[in-house]
Amino acid sequence: MKRAKVYGIMAEFDSVNSLLDAANRTREAGYKRIDAYSPFPVEGLAEAIGFHHDEVPLVVLIGGLIGGLTGYLMQYWISVVSYPVNVGGKPYHSWPSFIIVTFEMTILFAGISAVFGMLALNGLPMPYHPVFNVPRFAFATKDRFFLIVFSSDPKYNPVEVRGFLERLAPRSISEVPD
Amino acid sequence: MEEQVENPRAPVIEPGHTFGSVTDKISSIVLTRPTSNGWFVGFGVAFLLTMMLLFAIAYLFVKGVGIWGVTIPIGWGFAIVNFVWWIGIGHAGTLISAILLLLRQSWRNSINRFAEAMTLFAVASAGIFPLIHVGRPWLAYWLFPYPNTMRVWPQFRSPLVWDVFAVSTYATISLLFWFIGLIPDLATLRDRSEERWKKIIYGMLAMGWRGSARHWHRYETAYLLLAGLATPLVLSVHTVVSFDFAVGIVPGWHTTIFPPYFVAGAIYSGFAMVLMLAIPIRKVYNLEDFITERHLQNSAKVMLATGLIVAYGYVVEAFMGWYGGNRYDAFLLWNRLHGPYSFFYYMLLICNIVIPQVLWIPKLRTSPVWLFFISGVVLVGMWLERFIIVVVSLHRDFLTSSWGMYYPTRWDWMTYIGTIGLFLSAMFLFVRILPMISIFEMRTLLPEAEVKE
Repeated sequence: MKRAKVYGIMAEFDSVNSLLDAANRTREAGYKRIDAYSPFPVEGLAEAIGFHHDEVPLVVLIGGLIGGLTGYLMQYWISVVSYPVNVGGKPYHSWPSFIIVTFEMTILFAGISAVFGMLALNGLPMPYHPVFNVPRFAFATKDRFFLIVFSSDPKYNPVEVRGFLERLAPRSISEVPD
Repeated sequence: MEEQVENPRAPVIEPGHTFGSVTDKISSIVLTRPTSNGWFVGFGVAFLLTMMLLFAIAYLFVKGVGIWGVTIPIGWGFAIVNFVWWIGIGHAGTLISAILLLLRQSWRNSINRFAEAMTLFAVASAGIFPLIHVGRPWLAYWLFPYPNTMRVWPQFRSPLVWDVFAVSTYATISLLFWFIGLIPDLATLRDRSEERWKKIIYGMLAMGWRGSARHWHRYETAYLLLAGLATPLVLSVHTVVSFDFAVGIVPGWHTTIFPPYFVAGAIYSGFAMVLMLAIPIRKVYNLEDFITERHLQNSAKVMLATGLIVAYGYVVEAFMGWYGGNRYDAFLLWNRLHGPYSFFYYMLLICNIVIPQVLWIPKLRTSPVWLFFISGVVLVGMWLERFIIVVVSLHRDFLTSSWGMYYPTRWDWMTYIGTIGLFLSAMFLFVRILPMISIFEMRTLLPEAEVKE
């Protein structure tokens, strides 16, 4: 029988403050590949697990610029190059009239980039993830808080990690099978 | 876990709730609460009205717009009145979810989800009208710029084309905003469901959300940016709708007050609809703990404020008609006050300006029965406003020889009432299959969510 691979060791906490405290202490202890799970966004938790680079704003900026340029250039090309129609003697390149569609296209592309960029950077949709192998993890979307040290961490040692997590006074500790 | 009963920070949520109780209370409405007979009756009526809508549209497709009351000179009858009315109602949802988020009004957390749903369904109802009004609805896609063998393109100097972009962008962004807000709650439903098929459906919709700190960080950034994008968008949508009128040279349309006055009117009617939905919902589903008197009061205050902006719009219109010196504008004012549709103008003033002033009385702002009644009056008033703008302006313009009258037919009424049925059917389904209050945002309001420094 093949021995099951371990994805990481997970500790469960009761409150948001004990999770924050635990995450900070785990990072300070030198563990690099860790993650924390909470039922709602917690201020400072991402920094506590050492996450600093959020690329979502850049994605949205690029999306918005592309949308605005697409909107304006499309109107210019249609109204001036491809299908010039004289309406009441107005110039073909009536830029004030083009502002609204440019604006709407900017918002549309930026908004789509925000949602799909966020999902893509988060690696979602993800049909399978090892953390769901822990039965108690179902409470991560209700009222419990979880901290995991991944087995890919350079300092990872099953016994040491378990001992370290136990000193953080969690509610329970479980091994996460891969 | 110990109960935390101290620190009743604000009456946005009644004290005594925990993460667990909030989660259970909201998710159990969807997961375990049996579907009541009242729901079936309500949904059944709404569904029959939706069928009536489909029948009216099918007959329209067979016969053409001649079955409606639209004639020259009134080419924009009920279809445009109802379109503007529905789009306006949708605005409150985006205001609540985006603008109040940016303004850090955390009380919005208990009403934003169903207000956003209301927006979506209102925009869906609105979108039907211009499509079936174009005369040849099977060619409605010509509104979009797409490469075609005729080698023709839309005319981008026309406000009607701007409107296509504004409304379709608005519908898309509203849907995305609503869906992104649902993801963490869908994960909650996935983890709380007992039945396997529910787990699978909610699980697929939640896309594997697991609440990782990295995910939450990107999620919050995206949500905030989306709110920042939706804020100018919602203000622009009714502005562009008002351009449909204001760019034309018809007396009664050609005014610069239209954009702000349309936006204020939209929010006015939208909050009225929010109240008309929230009051029965909180009663039936016992959600008075989450949708408290504070929500009713705040919504009433928004209604009062936007109602006064609308009143200012009416005053400016009348003043410009009198002071502007343009004989056609002056006649429009006279025609509103004394013409064949004057009854509706006075009704409009009573519904939109006079009756809502009772909201100055603090006691009425927290009385569900009164608020429900006043909201209904405001919705009627805002519908009349669009009727006055569209029909009364068109029916007597520059040449007396081309004056006419507009009488809606039964098909006009069936289509209009049918869209109310469609809207209500969608709301009935929504409260049964999705969490109508944002669970994760409610958790953040609890005292135990506070991070100690």
